[in-house]
Amino acid sequence: MLYDLNWLRAGERQEQSRYTPSKFQLFHFTNNRLIMKTVHKTLLIGLLCLMHAISIHANPKKSAKIETPPHVESPKPTQSNGEKLTIAYIGQDQINPPILPYFLSKPEDDGLQGALLGINDNNTTGRFTGQSYQLKETRLDSDGDAIAAFKQLVAEGNRHIIVNLNSTITASLARLPEAVNVLIYQVGSSDDRLRQEDCSASLIHLLPSRAMRTDALMQYLNKKRWQKIFLVIGPDENDKLYASAVKRSAQRYGLRIVAEKPWQFSIDDRRTPESEIPVFTQGFDYDVLVVADESGLLGDLLPYRTWQPRPVAGTQGLVSTAWHFTHESWGALQLQKRFREQAKRWMTEQDYAAWLAVRSIGESASRVKSTDFDKIKGFMLSREFALAGFKGVPLSFRPWDHQLRQPILLTTDRSLVAVAPIEGFLHQKNELDTLGFDQQDSQCHINN
Amino acid sequence: MKILLLFAIINICTLIPLAQADTLFITLEKDNALAVVDGNTGKLIKTVKIGKRPRGIVLSKDQKQLYIAASDDNTILIIDTASLKPVAKLPSDKDPETFAMDPSGEFLYVSNEDDNLVTVIDIAKRKALKQIPVGVEPEGIAVSPDGQWVVSTSETTNMVHWIDRAKLEIVENTLVDPRPRSAVFTADGKQLWVSSEIAGNVSVFDVASKQLIKKISFKIPAVTQEKIQPVGMRIDKTRRYAYVALGPANRVAVIDAEKLEVIDYFLVGQRVWNIEFSSDEKRLYTANGVSNDVSFIDLENHKVVKSVPVGQYPWGLAVKP
Repeated sequence: MLYDLNWLRAGERQEQSRYTPSKFQLFHFTNNRLIMKTVHKTLLIGLLCLMHAISIHANPKKSAKIETPPHVESPKPTQSNGEKLTIAYIGQDQINPPILPYFLSKPEDDGLQGALLGINDNNTTGRFTGQSYQLKETRLDSDGDAIAAFKQLVAEGNRHIIVNLNSTITASLARLPEAVNVLIYQVGSSDDRLRQEDCSASLIHLLPSRAMRTDALMQYLNKKRWQKIFLVIGPDENDKLYASAVKRSAQRYGLRIVAEKPWQFSIDDRRTPESEIPVFTQGFDYDVLVVADESGLLGDLLPYRTWQPRPVAGTQGLVSTAWHFTHESWGALQLQKRFREQAKRWMTEQDYAAWLAVRSIGESASRVKSTDFDKIKGFMLSREFALAGFKGVPLSFRPWDHQLRQPILLTTDRSLVAVAPIEGFLHQKNELDTLGFDQQDSQCHINN
Repeated sequence: MKILLLFAIINICTLIPLAQADTLFITLEKDNALAVVDGNTGKLIKTVKIGKRPRGIVLSKDQKQLYIAASDDNTILIIDTASLKPVAKLPSDKDPETFAMDPSGEFLYVSNEDDNLVTVIDIAKRKALKQIPVGVEPEGIAVSPDGQWVVSTSETTNMVHWIDRAKLEIVENTLVDPRPRSAVFTADGKQLWVSSEIAGNVSVFDVASKQLIKKISFKIPAVTQEKIQPVGMRIDKTRRYAYVALGPANRVAVIDAEKLEVIDYFLVGQRVWNIEFSSDEKRLYTANGVSNDVSFIDLENHKVVKSVPVGQYPWGLAVKP
C-alpha cells in the first residue's frame, strides 16, 4: 500500500503555479498523463479509497489458546470551562505541477490536518490547565484573496494566524498595518527573503528556510567528501533562489561547484530524457549532481540517466526535509501514528509545520498559565522556550529572524539517510545554528 | 596449563564479586523475544520468542510470573518464569509500553501512549477496571510505596498527573520540563524523581507538598548537551545513591541522592534506556538499545565489569533473585 507514500517528496515546496503551456510539452508522455488524469480520476480515487478501507479492516486478530479479555470502554474527556483561545488558519488551493501523476499530488488539506492535530493535542493538555483551543479555518481557492481574508480575521479579533501561502502573499500580509499586533505563523514558504530582506517581527517561520536545507545537504556532502558539484538549475524563479542557496552553502562548507547549467526547455516532442540527459551531463568530472528544481519538472528524470554514474541530490534524489514518513526515532512514530489515524494519510512538511505552530502556542500558554497574547508571545520567543518536536533536541525560535531551529532530515523516496546537523559540525551556542543564517550573517535583526 | 586455568578462574571470581544468584529477563523489542541471562556469570542462558515488540517488563510479587507489554499485540502477557511460556493475557488496551505494579502486587497501571489513557488492571481477575484520561503520550508511570499515589507523565503535555489510587482520579497536575520519560518514587515515598528527555534533566519533587526540590542537570566532557537524554532511573533503598540512564550519551550518571548532585558517570553501551538493580543492590544492569547488549556495573567498586550481547534492541529488564 505505497500509493500514497511516494508523493511525499518533501523539500519541493510548490509556491504558485508558473507553468506555461510549452512546459507541458517537455517530453511527450506528460500530455498522455494529463489526459488520463481527467478521464480516470474519479474512478481511480474510488478504487484507492476502497483498497485503503480494506487494508484498515482486513486486520484480523488471531486468537491463540490464551483467553483474550473483553475490551473496556474508554471514558470521554471532560470539557474545560476555563480560558478559550482561537487560532486562525488560512490555506489556499495550489495547482499541482504538470509532471506529477494525479495520485502523487499534494493532498488538499495539506497543513490543515497538522493544525487540527495540534489543536487536539493542545486540548488534551488543556483539560488539565483549564485552557481550550479551537481552529478557525479559512480555505481559499487558487485565485482567492488572501489579503482580504487576513484583514477580516484580524478585524474579528484573531491574533494567532497560521498562513499556508506562497512567499509573495506572505510578505505582503506581513507589511499590512493589520499585522502589527498579531503573529503570523507561516508554514507555506521556505523562501530566504522572508527571513532576510522581507523579514518582519510579526512573522514566525516553522518550515526550514532554503538556506537551512542546502546547509544540511552540504554538511552531508562534505562528510561524504563528495566535493565537486554539478549544479543543474530549473527555469523558475524559485529554482534560481534554490541555486543561490546551494552556492552560499557550498562556499560555507568548503565544496566546489565545478559546473553549472540551466535546463533548456524545448517544444520539440522528439526529445526524450534518455537522449537528452546523457548529453546534458557530459564533458566534465564531478562527484554529485545537485538539482535546483522546486516545481518538480525535471529533477526526477536525472537519476540513472547521467553520462557518468553519479548520485543526484537537492530538490530531488537526496532531499532535505522537515518531516518524512520514514522518520520514526525520538518518539516520532507516535506522532506519525496519531496523524495517520486522524488524516488517513501521511504527514507532510506543511502538516508538521502547522502542528508545530499550534503546539508552540499551546506549550507557551501552559508554561505562562495564560492565554494572553503578549504573555504567550513573550515566552515563545524567549530563551526558556523548548519545544519537543520529535527530533531528539529541543526546538526554539531564533530571536533575530523568528526562524524555528530544527534538525533537518535527509531522505530519499523511501529511506532516511541522515539527520543534520551532521555530527562534527559544531557551533559555539547551538549546533542547530549551523543550519541557515546565523545571527552575524543575517540581514534581519528583529531583536535589536 | 591447569594452573593457568585455575588462576584465570580465581581472577574472574575476584573481578566479579559473587552476588546472589540473580536471573535477568530482558525484553528485546526488535527480536520479539525475551532473553534470560545469569546475573552472576553474565551468560546468556536462553532466548525465547514472545509477543510482538515486547517492551515494559515487571516481575510479579511472588516472583513466579513476568508481566510483559507486547506493544504491537496490544496486550500485556503473563509469562511463567519457570517454563517461560505465556499463561495469560491482560487487557492493557492499545500499544502498552510502560506500566507499574501496586505495592500489593494486585493491580497494574498501564500507559496507553496512543490513546492518552492510563488503564488500571486487576491482575487476578484479568480485567481492566478503569481507564483514566491523561495528557498526550503518557509514558512514565509509578506507584508510591504507601500505595496512595499513581503518577503518570505525559511526554507531549509535559505534566505529571497525580492519580489518587483510592478514587482512581487525577487530583493534581504538575508541569515538568519537556518530554518527561520516567517517574520513580524513593523507597521512603518522600520524593518523586522525573527524568525529562528533551530538557536533559531530572526533577526531584517533594511528594507531600508536590513542590519541586531540585532540578539535576548533567554535563559530560566531550559529549554535547543534546545527546544527554535522561530516561530510566533507579534510587537505592537507603536513598544514598541514584542512577540515571542518559540514552545516546551512552552513560549512566551516579547521583548523590542526599545532596542531589551528580558525582560520576559510567560509560556503558549505546543508547542506554532502562536500568535495574541486582537483588542485593550491589550491581546495576543496563539495557543498551543500539549496541544490543546489557552492561553489568559493579556498584561497590564503581566499575563497569561486563557487557553481555543479548539480541536486538534490549528495552527493559527484570531481576529475579
